[in-house]
Amino acid sequence: MNGATSSSGERQLALIVLFVALVACVPFATASGATLNFVMMALYATLIAQSWNILGGFGGQFSFGHALFFGTGAYVQAIAQMQGGVNAWLALPLAIAAAALVGLFVGALSFRYGLKGSYFALVTLAFAEVFRIVALSVPFTGGGVGLMVPLRESAANLQFASRSGYLWVVLAFVTAALLVTWWLRNGRFGAWLQAVRDNEDAARAVGVNPFRVKLAAIGLSGAFMGAAGAFYVQVFQYIDPGIAYGGSTSVEALVAAIVGGMGTLWGPVLGAIVLHVLSDFTRNLFGELPGINMVIYGAVLVLIVIFLPRGIAGIGLSVRQLWAAKGGRHD
Amino acid sequence: MFDFGILFPSVLNGLTTGAVYALIALGLTLIYGVLHIINFAHGASLMLALYGVYFLKERLGIDPYLALPIAMAGMFALGYGLQRIVINRAGHGKDENILLATLGISIVMENLALIFFKSDTRNIDTAYSLSTVAIGPAMIAVPKLVSFAGALVVSALLFWIMSRTDLGRAIRAVAKEKEGAKLMGIDVEHVYAMSFGIGLACLGAAACFLLPAYYVNPQVGGGFVLVAFTIVVLGGMGSFVGALVGGFLVGVVESLGGLYLGESLGQIGIFVIFIGVVLFRPEGMFGARA
Repeated sequence: MNGATSSSGERQLALIVLFVALVACVPFATASGATLNFVMMALYATLIAQSWNILGGFGGQFSFGHALFFGTGAYVQAIAQMQGGVNAWLALPLAIAAAALVGLFVGALSFRYGLKGSYFALVTLAFAEVFRIVALSVPFTGGGVGLMVPLRESAANLQFASRSGYLWVVLAFVTAALLVTWWLRNGRFGAWLQAVRDNEDAARAVGVNPFRVKLAAIGLSGAFMGAAGAFYVQVFQYIDPGIAYGGSTSVEALVAAIVGGMGTLWGPVLGAIVLHVLSDFTRNLFGELPGINMVIYGAVLVLIVIFLPRGIAGIGLSVRQLWAAKGGRHD
Repeated sequence: MFDFGILFPSVLNGLTTGAVYALIALGLTLIYGVLHIINFAHGASLMLALYGVYFLKERLGIDPYLALPIAMAGMFALGYGLQRIVINRAGHGKDENILLATLGISIVMENLALIFFKSDTRNIDTAYSLSTVAIGPAMIAVPKLVSFAGALVVSALLFWIMSRTDLGRAIRAVAKEKEGAKLMGIDVEHVYAMSFGIGLACLGAAACFLLPAYYVNPQVGGGFVLVAFTIVVLGGMGSFVGALVGGFLVGVVESLGGLYLGESLGQIGIFVIFIGVVLFRPEGMFGARA
């Protein structure tokens, strides 16, 4: 996976530019609100999936509580505007920084004590629960009632009349996430991170500091998740403890990344699109049935883990390896 | 603040809740001890069991305590099937894959419940739901006392199965030395599925004891998942005694936390314990460091 030559790296970079340029033109090609909404939500799903992918896919640290960073970004974005009088554009870096800080805090605690695998997953979930209960209990989050960001529609306030504005904003974040992921695949830091994921002791033996590498990964991952939270608040102008720190955002992030293919550049994009097409399809089939989306997500997750542990992106990548894995499963 | 008349009922209440927690945690720790996997769907499975007991009462008029064998058998079958059909195919040699598969199963269970049973919180009415008895200065609800005794009896039954029966011996053999057990002619896949089945059967029993004094809705399992993990980690993964002691401890902590910090903030105590134990003493109280 590290064997990407520089020419293939350049090809990937060109592909990213092409993808971003194409998506950026969507608002010029259609005025359909439904289409724009679909693209915007798919991009948003891509963003949270890429965030999870940085830590889970490249770092091998599976978080079950990514909502922790999402919710922190969302609350900081809302509170900075409502109680601090900060402009929404200026609140954005605050939200991102706060989420990254929470990531560094949880990472410092977890990785300092060598948490791995299932334990790390459960601890992130427990942290998200703690934050949810605190958000329910303290006054400045509005408790269970939540926070309603006042409507002040203008680009200067990061509130747009049409979906196009939001689409471009989230596209900018997705572009940044794709570039960071590209860097992880081609740069030195990414090589360290994947080395730590594949064999921590071996990585340490060649001079990599696993603690620092994992810490940087969770900070980066948290920053993108915080951006997604802030974006959510700007679009829906509402946040409450359940939305912010509840399980569904954590699940959406990890399912999209795993379905698409962990540790790959395009996997999370693919996963986010596939899941959104699936949800649209089921909505047409069953109507607005609360929960049906999550049933699909859960079922897809189980099926992918059983039949395609490397995700959709893994199909073309290694049909042969897959067969070999199947043959060797009954050890 | 530390008035005995307030403290004592709260501790007693915590102990009765803790007994049911212990039963739930025993199921989780059995599955972990034998299969070395974390069943994230444990809470969602408990939710299904609660609905099962609820409908047995509402549709067929079967009292929850009489429904015990039905609930346990039903949950055993669910566990046996899940392990045989889904979970044993998901591992590919990595623990995380099992965790993801059981996460997927729990999401499916919870949201199917949401679709079919709606998000309403339901509870049942029995003749004894509201009756209480006095123990010293404390008034304890009869269903809580029954659940306390019942959970202990079922736990004792589990201990007996594990220590005295051929099945228990096979389970312990597989847990200790899988390859060796296989060479001795033990059907490992069958033992795995039996262990998973017994683990979920504990939930069937817990559901029967819980429901008369509790409620059910599609999200009810979520709260129990982390509580059960906390107990299991606290007691040492795979340790039966640890699960029992941990169950009582967490029940009391939750009760006292609720008393002094209020209902919602009181829950934090459990998560803080969980994070603290995982970080600083992952081998738990009774486990040996791996």
